[in-house]
Amino acid sequence: MQRTDTAPKSINMPKLSRETVVNIAVMAILLALPLWASSIGEDYYVNLASLITIFAIAGVGLNFAIGQGGMVSFGHAAFFGIGGYTTGIAAFHSFEETLFMAMPFAISGTNQMLIIWIVAMVICGIAALAIGAISLRTEGVYFIMITLAFAQMIYYFAISWPTYGGEDGLSIYLRNELPMVDAESALTFFLVCFVLLLGAIFVSARLSGSRFGAALGTARMNETRLATSGIDPFPIKLTGFVISAMITGLAGALFAELNGFVGPSMLSWHRSGEIMVFVILGGVGRLYGPVIGAALFVLLETYIGEWTEHWQLLLGLALLGVVLFARGGVMGMIAGRARHD
Amino acid sequence: MTKPVLEVKGLHKSFGALQATKNVSLDLKPNEIHALIGPNGAGKSTLIGQIAGWITPDSGSIILDSEDVTSETVASRSRKGLGRSFQVSSLAMDVSARRNVMLSVQASQGSSFRFWKQTKSDEELRETAGNWLRKVGLGGREDIAVSELSHGERRQVEVACALALKPKALLLDEPMAGLGPTGSIQLTEFLEEIRPEIPILLIEHDMDAVFRLADRITVLVGGAAILSGSVDDIRASALVREAYLGEEA
Repeated sequence: MQRTDTAPKSINMPKLSRETVVNIAVMAILLALPLWASSIGEDYYVNLASLITIFAIAGVGLNFAIGQGGMVSFGHAAFFGIGGYTTGIAAFHSFEETLFMAMPFAISGTNQMLIIWIVAMVICGIAALAIGAISLRTEGVYFIMITLAFAQMIYYFAISWPTYGGEDGLSIYLRNELPMVDAESALTFFLVCFVLLLGAIFVSARLSGSRFGAALGTARMNETRLATSGIDPFPIKLTGFVISAMITGLAGALFAELNGFVGPSMLSWHRSGEIMVFVILGGVGRLYGPVIGAALFVLLETYIGEWTEHWQLLLGLALLGVVLFARGGVMGMIAGRARHD
Repeated sequence: MTKPVLEVKGLHKSFGALQATKNVSLDLKPNEIHALIGPNGAGKSTLIGQIAGWITPDSGSIILDSEDVTSETVASRSRKGLGRSFQVSSLAMDVSARRNVMLSVQASQGSSFRFWKQTKSDEELRETAGNWLRKVGLGGREDIAVSELSHGERRQVEVACALALKPKALLLDEPMAGLGPTGSIQLTEFLEEIRPEIPILLIEHDMDAVFRLADRITVLVGGAAILSGSVDDIRASALVREAYLGEEA
């Protein structure tokens, strides 16, 4: 026997890892379902897919902090909400034709999504810089609690700000506009969200594979090693935290557009927990994990929630199962352990 | 007189009532291995912590290559040329040996705030890290996860990480621990080899290795450096015998 390799060699077939196959399948389903639903005129399902996509973006943001940087933030609702309120406030002033502020320079509202997204992300970045600069001086449980505390502060601030609806929130009467496309159309809006999700995943992957990502990943695995290798952990982690917050903030802006409404609930700690559920359910540190996590969450909420109001019990059991038996989340169950080089 | 590469001057550190470091001064000159020995609880770890930057001394100063680094961070001291290995290896366990060394290489090349270029296709970065690993004797083991390497190999990875930063001085905390006889001999040979390039401050329990390698030995007891001298001085000292080596030595 000369040959031990009896299987026919496939030529010109790039070898896809199991995770890649799962990723492609998940994204294909997420894209195909609303296309099909739209073709039969069921915009409800298209919006459901948009919701999954938006939650997935929020999860991709948090996953960058947790999965890459090891920063377990329990306050990402702050950034989700800030993104949402940026959209709401911009639309409010644009609709009322009033100024957001007159001094020291005049800032008016806008109904242009592209501008709103950029502003939302910048504001989230600044907020994360401040929150991170303080929170990242702590670790572990303290970091979790202090990020939660900051998010709660912003939550109560929103409640006590009557100009923008206080406890009642703020309605966005007309969906904001995008150049060249009709964002009012459910399918178009879904496609916009889908492209942004791909963008968020791409950026997250690129950053993770860069020199910065190598440093951030080491901050997660062993901070002592990072410092001993001559790289100060703090600025690296802070930058990672800011990037994470900006991605989640973009998701918040889209969420407000989808619902035509922003309220303090976007900022509540329940929301922080939900975003964390997307990440854990899908698989911490897995690039496409939050897509699976968000999809499971929304589907459970929608379909089991239709049948019993105690759907969260089932979600809790699912989460428990994942945490106890599949430490890599659902992605870990399907595609095995994460691979490193 | 050659100028010392590393100098510790009048270091004091107390934790409450416990004086962990009492007026310790020592230096490390080019081409030498300076061993630091002392019984358990002598304050070796506290001293190392202060030299490396994890612990802030109450008073005194640490000078690296004529620069006072007493108030610098750990990372900054590493960049300025203080390489170190740990008593218990401190590496990113999930990733390969090469990845660990690549991090040091990227730090030595400058900023880690580079966001776009992918490190896995950065051949120069990978190759440089590979060269350091080959230099410490880990050729062929570059792409194995650190968690799957033996204790001895992990220590070699740590040394490669330190060397990749082109250090001016090395601080090795019990490098022989857990190595076994052959590993211990190999490491001893390796340290002999790098000594002419990089002086080493060696904290070690393995007395055979210390007596074989060290040019000078400082004995730390109860937080104070009670004696500093050549191998023969230390061997002959009744004080050391009493405090450290025990009656039978």
